[in-house]
Amino acid sequence: MLGLNSHDLKMFIVIAILTLAAPILLNPFPDASALGESFNAGYPALMQRFVIFGILVIGFNLLFGLTGYLSFGHAAFLGIGSYAAVWMFKLLSYNIVPAILLSVIVAGLVSVVIGYVSLRRSGIYFSILTLAFAQMMYAIAYSDLLGRMFGITVTNGETGLQVYNDDPQILMSAGDPTVPHLFGITMNGSSTWNVGGWSFIFQNGYYLSAIFMIAAFYLSIRIFRSPFGLMLRAIKSNQTRMHYTGLNTKPYMLAAFVISGMYAGLAGGLLSAMDPLTGAERMFWTASGEIVVMSILGGVGTLIGPVLGAGLIKYLENIVSKINDGILHNWFAFMPDWLDNLLVTIIHPFIGKGWHLTLGLLFMAVVIFLPGGLVEGGQRIGRLFRRKKSTDAANGATKPAE
Amino acid sequence: MDALLIQVLNGLDKGAAYALIALGLTLIFGTLGVVNFAHGALFMIGAFCAVTMQRILNISTSVIDETQTDFLGNPLKIETPVIQNWFGPEMGAAIQDWSVPLSVILVVPVMFFVGYAMERGLIKHFYKRPHADQILVTFGLAIVIGELIKAFYGANPIQTPAPAALSGTIDFGTWFGFEAGAVLYPAWRLVYFLFAGAVIAAVFAFLQFTTFGMVVRAGMADRETVGLLGIDIDKRFTLMFGLAAAVAGLAGMMYTPILSPHYNIGMDFLVLSFVVVVVGGMGSLPGAVLAGFMLGILQSFASMNEVKAIIPGIDQIIIYLVAIIILLTRPRGLMGRKGVMED
Repeated sequence: MLGLNSHDLKMFIVIAILTLAAPILLNPFPDASALGESFNAGYPALMQRFVIFGILVIGFNLLFGLTGYLSFGHAAFLGIGSYAAVWMFKLLSYNIVPAILLSVIVAGLVSVVIGYVSLRRSGIYFSILTLAFAQMMYAIAYSDLLGRMFGITVTNGETGLQVYNDDPQILMSAGDPTVPHLFGITMNGSSTWNVGGWSFIFQNGYYLSAIFMIAAFYLSIRIFRSPFGLMLRAIKSNQTRMHYTGLNTKPYMLAAFVISGMYAGLAGGLLSAMDPLTGAERMFWTASGEIVVMSILGGVGTLIGPVLGAGLIKYLENIVSKINDGILHNWFAFMPDWLDNLLVTIIHPFIGKGWHLTLGLLFMAVVIFLPGGLVEGGQRIGRLFRRKKSTDAANGATKPAE
Repeated sequence: MDALLIQVLNGLDKGAAYALIALGLTLIFGTLGVVNFAHGALFMIGAFCAVTMQRILNISTSVIDETQTDFLGNPLKIETPVIQNWFGPEMGAAIQDWSVPLSVILVVPVMFFVGYAMERGLIKHFYKRPHADQILVTFGLAIVIGELIKAFYGANPIQTPAPAALSGTIDFGTWFGFEAGAVLYPAWRLVYFLFAGAVIAAVFAFLQFTTFGMVVRAGMADRETVGLLGIDIDKRFTLMFGLAAAVAGLAGMMYTPILSPHYNIGMDFLVLSFVVVVVGGMGSLPGAVLAGFMLGILQSFASMNEVKAIIPGIDQIIIYLVAIIILLTRPRGLMGRKGVMED
């Protein structure tokens, strides 16, 4: 069905169901409970980040996972997408259709240029070239160099680009909502379902992003399984050999780069559609580093890994940085006081503002012990169980023969 | 003319810092074949050694003097730094004043140990892994070190002044026949440049003129053969990692009066020094030094008002722009060798 084999179809359906049911699944604890305050993630702002960064990392994985070219400047395309979308809001109207279309197109065009230049080199040189381009674009956006050159506002510098009342918005008619909307359905509109101690929030913006992510995921499965994907993997395993067979690998690489740039542009456009303002910090190299971290954590070169990685990092970021000493004392209240204080003192550097320390350690641990990321971890556990089962089955099979 | 001289001088200290970091990066890459993304963190540890030294020297004993009162009417607390008790007030104050250069006694052993431990504890296990894994694990280590520094020293920049005798400016122009006051240059920056030159010269001399250096160079050229000759090349390479860490640490220590250290300083320098290494050519020591100074000076020229009037903001993108142009015209950087890091 859908042109997928049964294994992929199963995975696709699971992802689709998980994404669509996320507002319920991510709120396992009643809202008012202590656990709910700390661990619930089913609120729209966070879920939007899950799926939007999911799109971004799925796109990044199409480049890094399939071809092995490590781009250290992917956040630049995210930023370009965001700026393009906000400009559409400023010029046309708050309707998100032109905004998202333009963000994908502009990111695609820029990635053609950057990709054409950067792909002339490989290995670390490629990484540094993409990093250099991204840092250049960050500097241009941060100080609005383009704008200063022509005497207009392009990125609005460090203030960030946003929509003002005196913007033209030529397609805007009187009754239109003044927030991003899809033909009248506002992105921040939501309906709430109260059951017992729970209240589940279903937000329009989240569902729009979720549908985009499911589509992006479907497309990435198709690309992975297509002859084109096979070609990219061949390039990864032995590019020289591909050259010897008389194949020009450049167009394939460039296509992969541009597709992944367009994914990032889509993610940027969606970020702006959720919240119509953007700033240069989205393009800073730490943002690019975060994309790399997400995809490594999930599992590079696997289909489902990037989604898991993006979700896990955004979840942990939110949860770990929310925990403070008071919450810890609550958790450890059953222990003797000295042990409670000792544990809190030990854990203190890792929570709240120390979230990046936890992230760094987790990242190192994954790179050292689990090079294949979470997906490999899952497979190892799965194999462990299967082996047990198969030995059981073997025992069962031999018994009657005795 | 004097304006040009000022820009060259301004570029020198930054260029010297780039060159020192790039030199260490290249040493590690040339010997162990590892791309060390944590090298900026080593620079930062060096800088924070200077901060620590300053704090050690300022440890004080306080005596409550009942005969005097402070403005609130409480008995006056008189704090005397321990160092002044040991060496007498004048000598002690002088030692405190010179805390940054004196940190060298702390930086060298600490950095050497950190480098040694890093190689034995972590990087050793990554020789057989792909370059991407090495980049990633050292990138993670850099995050961890930065955050640890933040946890211990806070997020704000910490002032570490240069010794009073060296914190003024030099009227540099008079040495070259310009009128007085035309080319004023902070003395410490000149010290930094000279210091960096001395360190670079020492490293090159060490590699060129000692037996140890000769073996290391042989190992860089052909590790396997040197190993077959019965030389424990791994041990020497580990020591070279310690040396590279010490060079980065010294660079960071001496840079503190120019830029107050904070927990992100390592990352800021790392990205640029990587560009420097790649422009100079992976694995080429002279290339790293040359590219460091070149990019430092170019950056300072680009920040001249006359240049910025033509292309606004060029100073922020010049390094990347140059890196892109050089990589496209000279694929292996200025002085890179064939076959390095091209897989």
